[in-house]
Amino acid sequence: MVTITVDMDKCQHYGQCCFEADDVFALNDDGQLEYVAEADESRRADIESAADVCPMQAITVK
Amino acid sequence: MAATVLVVGAGLGGLRAAEALRGAGFEGAITVVGDEPAMPYNRPPLSKEALSAGVHVAELEFRRKPSVSDVDWRLGSPAIASDFAARTVTLADGTHLSFDGLVIASGIRPRRLPIAGPEAGRHVLRTAHDAMNLRNYLMPGRTAVIMGAGFIGCEVAATARGLGAEVHIVAIDEQPMVRPLGAELGMGMRSRHEHHGVKFHLGRTVQSFLGGEHITSVLLDDGTELPASVVVEAVGSVCNVEWLAGNGLDLTDGLLVDQAMVVAAEVPVVAVGDIARHPNALFGNVPRRIEHWNIPTETGRRAGASLASLLRGEQPDQAPFAAMPSFWSDQYQYKLQSFGMPGLATSIQIVEGTADDACIVEYSDESGLVGVVGVDRTAELAPYRKQLLER
Ligand SMILES: Cc1cc2nc3c(=O)[nH]c(=O)nc-3n(C[C@H](O)[C@H](O)[C@H](O)COP(=O)(O)OP(=O)(O)OC[C@H]3O[C@@H](n4cnc5c(N)ncnc54)[C@H](O)[C@@H]3O)c2cc1C
Ligand code: SF4
Repeated sequence: MVTITVDMDKCQHYGQCCFEADDVFALNDDGQLEYVAEADESRRADIESAADVCPMQAITVK
Repeated sequence: MAATVLVVGAGLGGLRAAEALRGAGFEGAITVVGDEPAMPYNRPPLSKEALSAGVHVAELEFRRKPSVSDVDWRLGSPAIASDFAARTVTLADGTHLSFDGLVIASGIRPRRLPIAGPEAGRHVLRTAHDAMNLRNYLMPGRTAVIMGAGFIGCEVAATARGLGAEVHIVAIDEQPMVRPLGAELGMGMRSRHEHHGVKFHLGRTVQSFLGGEHITSVLLDDGTELPASVVVEAVGSVCNVEWLAGNGLDLTDGLLVDQAMVVAAEVPVVAVGDIARHPNALFGNVPRRIEHWNIPTETGRRAGASLASLLRGEQPDQAPFAAMPSFWSDQYQYKLQSFGMPGLATSIQIVEGTADDACIVEYSDESGLVGVVGVDRTAELAPYRKQLLER
């Protein structure tokens, strides 16, 4: 299992993470980030990619 | 014997290249040389939240993947020379380092203009150290004169106003951020800044700095004299290429790389980030340097993989490089987000909202859509980005 946490104090809702793993990260209709906290191991590479491209470096992947 | 890779430049591009080397199975030694004393850290906050709230480098450091925990970081002394034939790099402290493969990740620095007058009070903004120094001046009762109306100048203006300083922007352009945004949105951004108390001197240049030891005012080419506690020079950049002289490379605009980020396959050498003049298949493969934060990651991944292949004696992946340039900017409460290359546009159209409010702007040339910018409408840009990827 991949565990995902986003520091919502840091997140600026740029949505860059969504382009790397749109099954995990999405901006809702109000432009706010929503994400799932756990994903299948097979999604790890894309989720780490999302953490890499986050301008605020708000995403932690375990 | 296992090969050794040397990375020159301990910024985002250098870090991502090191991670990508490991990701591609490179098991040799990796040494990263950096002239700044800090581990790779995030620069964009230096004109925004960190300039506003305080600069703590440790909090800005990038998380590093476990795969690079064995990298040898040699920080605090720049590379001053290199010899591709001998495969060596010389540092300012006299150290000679040899390599089997080299990553050029030394980035850019702010351009300085030769202007007469006192030096004290002239500031640039690239490093955490620069931001700490500048921050001391941004407070009520002080006046900042910002030279240049690009993104960094405008972000510093917004942050400085938030800290209570008076702000003047002096720029030769007719509107702020006119090249990347176009005149109409530039004007819209200008009215936002004016609403927050910034005074613009557009179409103007700085003639000289006045004062004794320290700058006290700035004289413009039309004779206007602006009081100044501090001057911020944000008038473009120069590539950190001096250490590469003597290797027969064209160093006039960074380093030319191919779609695999390779500078010279026979050495082998790759380049990443702000310094790499790279082709992009989405935009006609014309080699360009792109000073956007997502580029060091995209080019770093590609360069690391290419270098790992070359060191195994294999050809690097020759697939086209087609990363989407993406840029954001925060000024006051406004959020700009850009995808593609709006600067290439020959026609610009506001498709949602108005330039002085939340809006979406399309940038096109004869080939179709080349870029999109949203102000406070980030969530709605995804379809435009998709359209750009399908170019
Ligand atoms: C204040 C500021 C705000 C920004 N805001 C945004 C933004 O909002 N959005 C956006 O998309 N982009 C932004 N950027 C741009 C983004 O930060 C850069 O594109 C990115 O940092 C480039 O990474 P890099 O690794 O190529 O270069 P750098 O991060 O500059 O790393 C290069 C490193 O190499 C070192 N070096 C240089 N010469 C030598 C040498 N001879 N020997 C050893 N080391 C050397 C440098 O000191 C530096 O540490 C901003 C930049 C700045 C400065
Ligand atoms: S990329 Fe980072 S800042 Fe942007 S929405 Fe995702 S977590 Fe938030």
